[in-house]
Amino acid sequence: MPSKFIPGDRVRVLNLEFPGHVRTPGYVRNRFGTIERYCGAFPNPERRAYGEYDAPRRELYRVHFRQRDLWPGYTGMPGDTVEVEIYEHWLALASDQS
Amino acid sequence: MGDEHDHDHAHDAHAPDAREELPENSRHELMAKALRELLIEKGLVTADEVRAMIEQLESPGVHLGARIVARAWVDADFRRRLLTDGKAAIMELGIPATEAQIVVVENAPRIHNMIVCTLCSCYPRSILGQPPAWYVSGNYRSRAIHEPRAVLAELGITIPDHVEVRVHDSTAEMRYLVLPMRPPGTDQLSEEQLAQLLTRDSLIGTALPLAPAPATG
Repeated sequence: MPSKFIPGDRVRVLNLEFPGHVRTPGYVRNRFGTIERYCGAFPNPERRAYGEYDAPRRELYRVHFRQRDLWPGYTGMPGDTVEVEIYEHWLALASDQS
Repeated sequence: MGDEHDHDHAHDAHAPDAREELPENSRHELMAKALRELLIEKGLVTADEVRAMIEQLESPGVHLGARIVARAWVDADFRRRLLTDGKAAIMELGIPATEAQIVVVENAPRIHNMIVCTLCSCYPRSILGQPPAWYVSGNYRSRAIHEPRAVLAELGITIPDHVEVRVHDSTAEMRYLVLPMRPPGTDQLSEEQLAQLLTRDSLIGTALPLAPAPATG
């Protein structure tokens, strides 16, 4: 299955609002980063947490962020970075303003 | 477990019970104990199977991670495979990695990697065993992500300003292993001797490998 994003794509993390078990930490929501790699498709943790083991799999990526884009008061060096795994439905191309 | 005391006295639901203060008597511990005893009583598992599973979960450790890194230090082809598909390369060594994938992140003169799970306690358990208490603490999980240099300094590592600190947050299915830089002065060491330089924390990125013992004779 072709993945929606490829390494190097600039993406924005969506701030999806729904209750329950999610694996997208708050500090990356609404932040911009770059696709580092495509990891494969995995059981959706948002469904599996509630016993839905046969829910459709979700594509997973590693997304690269600059620390200073995540934490306005970041006290480390400007080149410091963070890489986080994020599922495809939480991501949009940075150029897509919809 | 028998509960056979006589019910000839009134129970006060609000009476303090010192036994509840003990960690092994926390609500979750007691629920786990009740479930285990029920499963054993119904013949679904045996006590020895439970013991063996705990032993299996706790038997991986730094020795496995150290073997992987030492091999990568002496074998460039293995190192390349390890960085491309960590799990497949690790399985080559006969280490049964059970994680979906092991992402091996390589330290270099201009980059220092460290691992955290900000959401819970994800850790490469099939390779390093169970995570240390500090790794699952709220303190490390929150501070490692937004002030990694301060955390590393408290742990005794000062990362030079020109080196990028890259924090990997294990938020989903990947598990991480740091491939540290091979220390200088280790050209003469065997693979087994190199493995001795690797501590658990050096594979999480919260320490550096040990320095080799000075040459003698």
